[in-house]
Amino acid sequence: MMSHELLDVRDLKKYYPVTAGFLSRHIGDIKAVDGVSFHVREHEILGLVGESGCGKSTLGRTILRLEEPTSGEVLHRGTDIAKLGKRELRELRKEMQIILQDPDASLDPRMTVGDSICEPLTIHNIGDEKERTERVAELMEQVGLEAAQATHHPHEFSGGQKQRVGIARALAINPKLIIADEPVSALDVSIQAQILNLMMDIQQEFGLAYLFIAHDLSVIKHMAHRVAVMYLGKIAELASKPELFQNPLHPYTEALLSAVPSVKPKGKERILLHGDVPSPLNPPPGCHFHPRCHRVLPSCSRKEPELAEISQGHFVACHLCDAGDL
Amino acid sequence: MNAMSNVILKITNLKTHFFTRRGVVKAVDGVDFELRRGECLCLVGESGCGKTVTALSILGLIDSPPGRIVDGEVRYDNLDLVKCSARQLRQIRGKEIAMVFQEAQSALNPVLTVGDQIIEQMKIHLPMEHREARNRALSLLEEMGVPSVERVMSSYPHQLSGGMKQRALIAMSLTCDPQILIADEPTTAVDVTIKAQILDIFRDLKAKRQMSLVFITHDLAVVAEIGDRAVVIYGGKNIESAPVSEIIGSPKHPYTAGLIGCLPDISQTTDRLASIPGNTPSPIDLPQGCSFHPRCSKVMEVCSQREPAQIAISQEHQVSCHLNQ
Repeated sequence: MMSHELLDVRDLKKYYPVTAGFLSRHIGDIKAVDGVSFHVREHEILGLVGESGCGKSTLGRTILRLEEPTSGEVLHRGTDIAKLGKRELRELRKEMQIILQDPDASLDPRMTVGDSICEPLTIHNIGDEKERTERVAELMEQVGLEAAQATHHPHEFSGGQKQRVGIARALAINPKLIIADEPVSALDVSIQAQILNLMMDIQQEFGLAYLFIAHDLSVIKHMAHRVAVMYLGKIAELASKPELFQNPLHPYTEALLSAVPSVKPKGKERILLHGDVPSPLNPPPGCHFHPRCHRVLPSCSRKEPELAEISQGHFVACHLCDAGDL
Repeated sequence: MNAMSNVILKITNLKTHFFTRRGVVKAVDGVDFELRRGECLCLVGESGCGKTVTALSILGLIDSPPGRIVDGEVRYDNLDLVKCSARQLRQIRGKEIAMVFQEAQSALNPVLTVGDQIIEQMKIHLPMEHREARNRALSLLEEMGVPSVERVMSSYPHQLSGGMKQRALIAMSLTCDPQILIADEPTTAVDVTIKAQILDIFRDLKAKRQMSLVFITHDLAVVAEIGDRAVVIYGGKNIESAPVSEIIGSPKHPYTAGLIGCLPDISQTTDRLASIPGNTPSPIDLPQGCSFHPRCSKVMEVCSQREPAQIAISQEHQVSCHLNQ
């Protein structure tokens, strides 16, 4: 199995120090990502879902080393990305690209979209002038734009078209893994469907793997093969899509699933969570979810549950599962 | 009881245009609907379709210039709100018809505490002592399910989470016990677990206070959860209105059907989403004829030539599409 793992994340942590006062005294850490382990196989879409502030974007950025990890390993085909030097890291970035949430903020307004798409080719010194122009035209057609639009600036495009440009740019250097950070959450529903279909098509055509980050479980359910649920910097549950949606074991996953509005309301009792996601600066002791949990046990506030494999490929971090009390 | 007396707000052929240097933006260009007592009516559409401008027009909150209500009627309680004076409108706004604005962060004043903002509203409309107003604010926040109300009252907006701000805004809109509440995308910027909490609050308002709600959203799944009837708006016009179960179960307009098809849904699995090609049209340059025709999968010759008239499929179901003529 090892050889099929494109990305293997082991106990990854990203803490942001918090300082206060005149001497910038260190008063604590925001544990944005706090010991996360998972892997992404080749040609696989791993969905990562969680509420705002749970650390899902930081996790995506830390994997690409856009943020320096505090500790832990990110293995790409066995090489630890966290330990690479600048030059090796640049080589490796050919394999991994990112699509960002807000296409307005992620495209340079002063560059033509053609130049934006071409930039990765220039940085990695791929092809000559003519080949690059051809490649840009080819990419634009692949994502459903017209090659003639390469000379236009981002403001001439709609939100959906800008996101297509972002996708073309990520595809430019034939990566194997794309980290998609909320790629459709800024788009209208009719446009969202176009972009999701496009991302599915290119995933199949180029055999890509995605780490697909989203807060919308309906979108995750549509896209992913396996799903990881994150809460306050940790993975609460990870399983294959059918398993997670049919047999959620973590109470948080259960509540999330029941909260999603649907055009076909289930008539099932809704589990209403109370309160907000706590601050990652001062998370509750024990299981971070226990103050909001509807199935809380006395041990939940004392001991933090470990992520354990309950059945083949189904991982849960919950005391209910250690106790065998499901 | 006959159906008419049950109508609390009736909007007829509302047109709100903005006169800009680049041309006339027809943000709302012929919207009709009626709100019945105690129901939740959803206005559904994508960004730029005119749903927020419709709400602002009802309350007389369109900036003029550049905007102006060029035609139509907003009938509330024997008054045509379009023709009311600014003074009359001030009496109605907030007191009879209240609004929960989009984006709680920018709708709240950042330099006043939440408590002060709620109390301010009450003092404008009601003869109330400060203490009485304060107690009412506290009980409203409690009704919204706010824990530690005293703390929230004395907090500034930036100290509160998104869900908490949204609750404070809803509490604020309820201070004068309005007849009608217009909520503009109240669940859009919040997380799914908070969204479920907010939807519950609106359900309660309807059940316990018999409030008449106009709920503006782009999310058909939310409509299915909360709405009684829905009006689908495209290019500044309502193209279909019907009870929610009919809108979702048997949509008649290709745009409505497209919107439902392109929604990934948690309760079913599809390999590929249906999608609507192209982009939403700009209200400054709406297509000729039916404004949806360039994106429509069932387009006919007549669609680009003539605007479809609104026809009634049944008493409760109206649609504007040549397919049904």
